[in-house]
Amino acid sequence: MPTYLGMPAFPEAARTAVADSQLRRNLTHATHTIRAKRAGAVAELSDWEQLRQAAKAIKDHTLAHLDTYLLRLEENVTKAGGQVHWARDAAEANAVVAGLVRQAGADRVVKVKSMATQEIGLNEALAAQGIKAKETDLAELIVQLGHDLPSHILVPAIHKNRAEIREIFRREMPGAPPGLTDEPAALAAAARAHLRQEFLAAKVGISGANFAIADTGSLVVVESEGNGRMCVTLPETLISVVGIEKILPSWRDLEVFLALLPRSSTAERMNPYTSIWTGVHDVDGPKVFHLVLVDNGRTASLADGTGRQALRCIRCSACLNVCPVYERTGGHAYGSPYPGPIGAIISPQLRGLDSAADRSLPFASTLCGACYEVCPVAINIPEALVHLRAKVKHPWPERTVFHLSGQVLASPRRLAAVQRMASASRRIVGRSGRIRRLPPPVSGWTQTRDAPAPPPESFRAWWLRTRGRG
Amino acid sequence: MRIGLFVTCLTDTLFPETGKAVVSVLERLGHQVEFPAGQACCGQMHFNTGYRREAVPMARTFAEVFGSYEAIVTPSASCASMVHEYYPALAAEAGDAGLQRAVADVVPRTYELSVLLADVLQVTDVGAYFPHRVTYHPTCHGLRMLRVGDAPLRLLRGVRGLDLAGLPDAESCCGFGGTFAVKNSDVSAAMCADKVAAVRQTRAEVVCATDNSCLMHIGGALSRLRYGVIVKHLAEILASTD
Repeated sequence: MPTYLGMPAFPEAARTAVADSQLRRNLTHATHTIRAKRAGAVAELSDWEQLRQAAKAIKDHTLAHLDTYLLRLEENVTKAGGQVHWARDAAEANAVVAGLVRQAGADRVVKVKSMATQEIGLNEALAAQGIKAKETDLAELIVQLGHDLPSHILVPAIHKNRAEIREIFRREMPGAPPGLTDEPAALAAAARAHLRQEFLAAKVGISGANFAIADTGSLVVVESEGNGRMCVTLPETLISVVGIEKILPSWRDLEVFLALLPRSSTAERMNPYTSIWTGVHDVDGPKVFHLVLVDNGRTASLADGTGRQALRCIRCSACLNVCPVYERTGGHAYGSPYPGPIGAIISPQLRGLDSAADRSLPFASTLCGACYEVCPVAINIPEALVHLRAKVKHPWPERTVFHLSGQVLASPRRLAAVQRMASASRRIVGRSGRIRRLPPPVSGWTQTRDAPAPPPESFRAWWLRTRGRG
Repeated sequence: MRIGLFVTCLTDTLFPETGKAVVSVLERLGHQVEFPAGQACCGQMHFNTGYRREAVPMARTFAEVFGSYEAIVTPSASCASMVHEYYPALAAEAGDAGLQRAVADVVPRTYELSVLLADVLQVTDVGAYFPHRVTYHPTCHGLRMLRVGDAPLRLLRGVRGLDLAGLPDAESCCGFGGTFAVKNSDVSAAMCADKVAAVRQTRAEVVCATDNSCLMHIGGALSRLRYGVIVKHLAEILASTD
């Protein structure tokens, strides 16, 4: 199974991605389509900004009192007949889930699309224990059958077009109909037939949750295809793996998020399937319910005054769809199940800034602010990126350059001296008014762009010459 | 009005014509413009690249140099948004109460040129003449941080002879992003390619914006490709007369 481990730093991964013509075309088409649709869906609500501020306030309140609400959730899940497990990190969470699957006497599980289980690498961990996890979301299925990695939070196979999907199905899907075309309806029908047997045979379902309601111990999954509904109702045992930040105090709070999430993510007024369950029942549904609450770096993130706003994220992926960088690179370049602008602030917070890949992520943005503008919970992603950039240990040559340039740019006298040298160099480097090649560390500039030659005199020098001291 | 010009380090060093144009437009409107020689850089490049400590003395210099002006004008939406958006936090971080007070005092009087002209002074016809086809690229910091709105467009519409062409997908970032342009030069170039393609579609001769940084990037690509399209800061168009 492919993993994100050992992926190169963002600039290197992005270099390959921007040269991939098929990927570029698929992404341009997909992101521009959803971008326009989202804008339309959001414009229908006159109180969008108020909803957004309400969501931000609810999340901030909940995060500030997370200890209280988590215990309340545990109490109410237990009261309703569920069992709650606490996992500090990915390894603990995976071990708990593997143990629960074995306890249920199963060696295969069906899965609802879930970011938390992607984050902890659950499928790989289960496979190592001889348990087969079957993804049932169409896009996740495409990724799984294609031995690929997700590249988008909502649409994990966004990097594939329908011709490529047809190829994957024909090659990898047992019982794929002969003569399968690349018509979306035909592809969906093939997946449906393939998955139906999995749903009926599964003894264990695994889900994440979009929201967990502390007051009643209810879990909420919002989806489009109905595969999630199958997974949370058909199997005898249901295991939900949920990040501790997914909690909401009450049903009243949920209303705000159910207005924001579908419009932000799929540009729908309401998503087709919203499944909500509270513990277990005699009549129908699973007979055993486990809730695995995962920390995996979230508490550390909560301690960071600026970084903690990332914990408000409801995984809608609106920021990916508007991001000009994501649009050119796709998700794999971010080396994490969380790609795009939100990934660039979540991944380094959850995993730390130790690897070259994680250190490069806060810089994978022009700080254009398109992400912040669309975020339904008002995460100031540019602010968080800049905050993380200050925490990165910069390479020493860069530190030297910035230290020296800092000395120059803080002093009008030194700046004027550098300007005089620059203007003097004009005779050598810039007689044409354009510089075609610059040396490192700024050589990247002139790979694709000319640089302006320094002018004969700076503005400062002109002012002094013509107007005297200001 | 006695206006202090914060010319910005980039414009000062590489694009002095923009600074001269700001002086010319404001003086034409009867204002007194001064260039306090003690100014240097707003600190945005250091701040945004993760060198926050290095940016503190720059914020201090800015607050000291411009504290006494009724209005401070700058031909950069990006540097103005650095002052507006991040100076208060930077001053708080530095734990310097005096700096916090000075920043709180100076921030509301710091204006990007088009905002000062169109919104504060309420002038949209500055008496300019520029008989060329021009397209306008709204820079991200002007658009989404400083929120200059349509102030630059109102000013361009007031220029005699100017043929204003709408830029397709105008609100997409050009890919400059400060050190991003060098650290992620491949993605930066890919974004710029789409921007110059959009510019080409307009059949404009000139691309104009409120930031020389973005224009240096777009203009660098136009020049490399020998597109025969030039970039010009809004101030320089507003300063043109017949």
